[in-house]
Formats: sequence, C-alpha cells, structure tokens
Amino acid sequence: MPAPRNKNASGREDAAAPRARLAAIRQRAALLAETRAFFGGRGYLEVETPVLARAGVPDAQLAQFALSDPLLGTLYLQTSPEYAMKRLIMAGSGSIFQITKAFRQGESGRFHNPEFTLVEWYGLGYDHRRLIAEACALIAQLVVSLEAPARIVTYREAFQDALDIDPIDAPTDDLRAVARGRLPAAQELALDDRDEILDLLMSHAVAPGFPVEALTVVTDYPSSQAALARLNAQGLADRFEIYRGPLELANGFHEAARAEEYASRFASEAAKRRERALPSIDQDQRLLAALAEGGLPDCAGCALGFDRVLMLAMGATHIDEVLAFPIAQA
Amino acid sequence: MTTYSTNEFKSGLKIMLDADPCAIIENEFVKPGKGQAFNRVKIRNLKTGRVVERTFKSGDSVEGADVIDVEMQYLYSDGEFWYFMSPETYEQLGADKTAVGDAAKWLKEQALCLVTLWNGVPLSVTAPVHVVLKVTDTDPGVRGDTSGGGGKPATLETGAVVRVPLFINIGDSLKVNTQTGEYIARAKE
Repeated sequence: MPAPRNKNASGREDAAAPRARLAAIRQRAALLAETRAFFGGRGYLEVETPVLARAGVPDAQLAQFALSDPLLGTLYLQTSPEYAMKRLIMAGSGSIFQITKAFRQGESGRFHNPEFTLVEWYGLGYDHRRLIAEACALIAQLVVSLEAPARIVTYREAFQDALDIDPIDAPTDDLRAVARGRLPAAQELALDDRDEILDLLMSHAVAPGFPVEALTVVTDYPSSQAALARLNAQGLADRFEIYRGPLELANGFHEAARAEEYASRFASEAAKRRERALPSIDQDQRLLAALAEGGLPDCAGCALGFDRVLMLAMGATHIDEVLAFPIAQA
Repeated sequence: MTTYSTNEFKSGLKIMLDADPCAIIENEFVKPGKGQAFNRVKIRNLKTGRVVERTFKSGDSVEGADVIDVEMQYLYSDGEFWYFMSPETYEQLGADKTAVGDAAKWLKEQALCLVTLWNGVPLSVTAPVHVVLKVTDTDPGVRGDTSGGGGKPATLETGAVVRVPLFINIGDSLKVNTQTGEYIARAKE
C-alpha cells in the first residue's frame, strides 16, 4: 500500500517537509518518555553504547552497513546493541535498558526503514517467561487499544493450529509439501533449506492468522533458530517473539551464558555467510574475551521495535507515517 | 538485459515473469524475526492483464522487461491492425486486436493515445481519458428535457454505445469518459 504523499500547507508535494504529522512526532516523544519511566520504575539503568563499532554481527540474515575509516579500518553501524550491552552486564551494570538507533541494509517497506529505533533491555536474574510478562506490560502501556491478556503459544502449537504440521519433528519434505500446497505464490522458490521453509510458512501462513486485537507470544523456537538463546531440556530455544496480528514487535531470549555457545554460533553463522558468498564480518573479540572470563550472568534480554509500537499507537499503516524523515527523505 | 534485485522492487517496475512482461503493482517486504526475508509481490501480466501474487527471496534477481509507454497518434485501421504514428519521429506502428483491446471502440483518427511497447512491439493501447465523439444513432431527442433523469442508449461514430440523457440527438457531439464508458456532457463543435 503506497504511503500518502507528502504535502505542504498549499497541498503541493514537498520533499523538504517532515513526513510524519506533528501529532506523530509528539506521540513519539510521549511514548519515549513513558518507556523511560517504565524502566526507571523497575530499577533499570539507562545506558548508551556505540552505534558505530569495530566488530559486527555474524548473523547471515542481517546485512550491516560497513564504513571505511582511513585510520580505524572497517566500522559497522550496529544492527542491535546486544553485544555491547552484554559487555556492560558482565562488568556488573545490573539490569539495563537502552533506546537507540539500529541499522539494517536492504530492509525497506511498510514496516521497515533501514534506520530504526530499538528499545533493548536485559533483566538480570530474569528468564524469558518473566521477560515476556514485562515486555507485554510495556507494549500494553504504550498501545492502549490492545486487549489483554496476550496469548502465549509455542512455535509448535502455532504451526499445528494454522497448518496441522509439527515444525520441530516433521521431515523437511513434508514441510516443503505444505509450503507448496498452501502458497501457490511461492512455487518458484527452491526451498532447499529447512529454516527457509519454516520462515516462509511462519511469515506467509502462520503469523497472518494471529489476532490483531491482542498480542501473540511465540515461544520454544527450533534449535536451528536459537540465535543467542539458551536451549531448554526439550532441545528447543528459550526464545520468544511478540506479534500483533502478523506484525512482529519484539524478540527476546533467555540469554545463552557460556563463551563456547557464542563461539560455536558465531562460527555456524560465519559458515552460512561463506556458503552464500556473503561478506565476512569481523567478529566481536571483545565480547568473546569477556565471556571467557566466566560467562554472562543469568539474564533475559528483549529488543522491541519502537517505530512499530508507535505505528500501532497511532493507527498508522506505513512506517513512514511515524518517521520525521524516512529514508527517501533522509 | 537489465536485471533488478528485489531491493529495487517498487510499484510500476517492469519485469519478466514466466516469459511474459509484467508490471509490479504492490511490493511488500516481509521478514520473520531473525529469519529469511521475502518480497511478497502483486504483479500484473501486461499481456493478459491478469494479476498474480508471487513471493521472492529477498536478494534474488529478476530480468527487467523492456516496456515503455509512448504517446502516439491514431491513424486508421485496416480491420486487422490499428496504425499509430509517433508525433515526434513520424515512425508508424501497427497494433493487433489483442493489443488494442477495448480501446478500439473509442479510437477516432488523430486521437493521442498511450501505446505500451514491449521490445518495440505494441502490447496495449490506452485511449485518451476524455474523447469527443458524434452520435450516429439514438432515439429521437425529447426537446426541453434536460433533467438528466432516465436516459437512453446512443451509438457513437466509433461504434461505442453509451447511456445518454433523453435530449441528445443524432449528430450531437458528446464528451465521454473512456475509462468508465460514461457520458459527461454535450460538446460544442
């Protein structure tokens, strides 16, 4: 759906004027203040970490903006403040939160702008269950129209409800057959990779069935999609995503703690990058060094897409409506 | 041949799909959490007019279609082809029945049309939005009835039939909207 054109007072298009209406700019300020009060009231310390860093994120699904400095070499614009915040936690910061800009190359659309605002926080001594409750409370406070309570379903249940297939145990061939049967628009896709099929089904057939009146929280992800979450006794990842309708708002983990887990997951992402001929990324040796000193204290962390929350609060249909200057005008 | 990455997808972009030229109507970028990103695209097949949905993996490339819109003047038809001329280059092209489609019933000599070319061959023809055409057949006019209520069919010089008010007579010139097929007003010659 195209966003309405930008118009100035005389009704003509004006590329210099802000894209967001003043009401959205004011609402952003109000929700930022409310977010800070929410965390302040819960004993979180607000922190800032570098937006521009020497090391990047190896995640093969993320494309980072890389800059070149004549003295410092390659510098990356962060895709999230995760690693630096974990280094603060290991240094004894206690529970922390941050409201920051993050950058992802090639992500542009109704719900994406290459530069966006993330709220990221880590609760010390939290597991993902406790963090889910806290994240839902924050979202409910910012988006008052949402009905409580949030529905919590496992990744397996979500697939079984929507597609009558078990995404954890079903053979890849069966998952592929469901994708081909349910999604005629995806007939031409190769669908070799199991996680790619799961991602296709999640985004095209499972999440579109989530209700728009309330939040849906998906938990217990397959281990292949653990990212930096712990694995539980069932071998599933203690990771969650919070959806409103099909729109993902937040992603969180009961954080993996041991240096070896980080090193092995970095290595597997680096291998995927090589396989797909993607540029290699300088790994965060400082994070790995800090982890080697005894690991990350028990904590759970969550990243919330602030612009999307603002969209919901405003009833906006395009992210551009809540950005003063979206990328096309930046 | 030009290729486009999904990053360049936007409404109006012309691409090749299943060997047919197509235009992107709507492009939606979807990315589940930390997973694979996709582009869900609504595409119009420019040959058949059919709209289909197609999902691409973000980062994939597709071949561009050499499709351009040019303004051309309609000259005449020999029944098999409709001939158009570029007012700039005086180049002439024949468009077949499939390409001309519904536009045929609105075409009067010298009308400036939008001709969509694929690899230089007419793919479709869009008549001007407003045309002025003479009535060649209709029931006799009811003098003085300018209420606009009711109405009757009238055949125009190009063969199109439109609903007109009762006061319209054979020989009147009418302004018509070709997109809705509706009568707008009586035109002064």
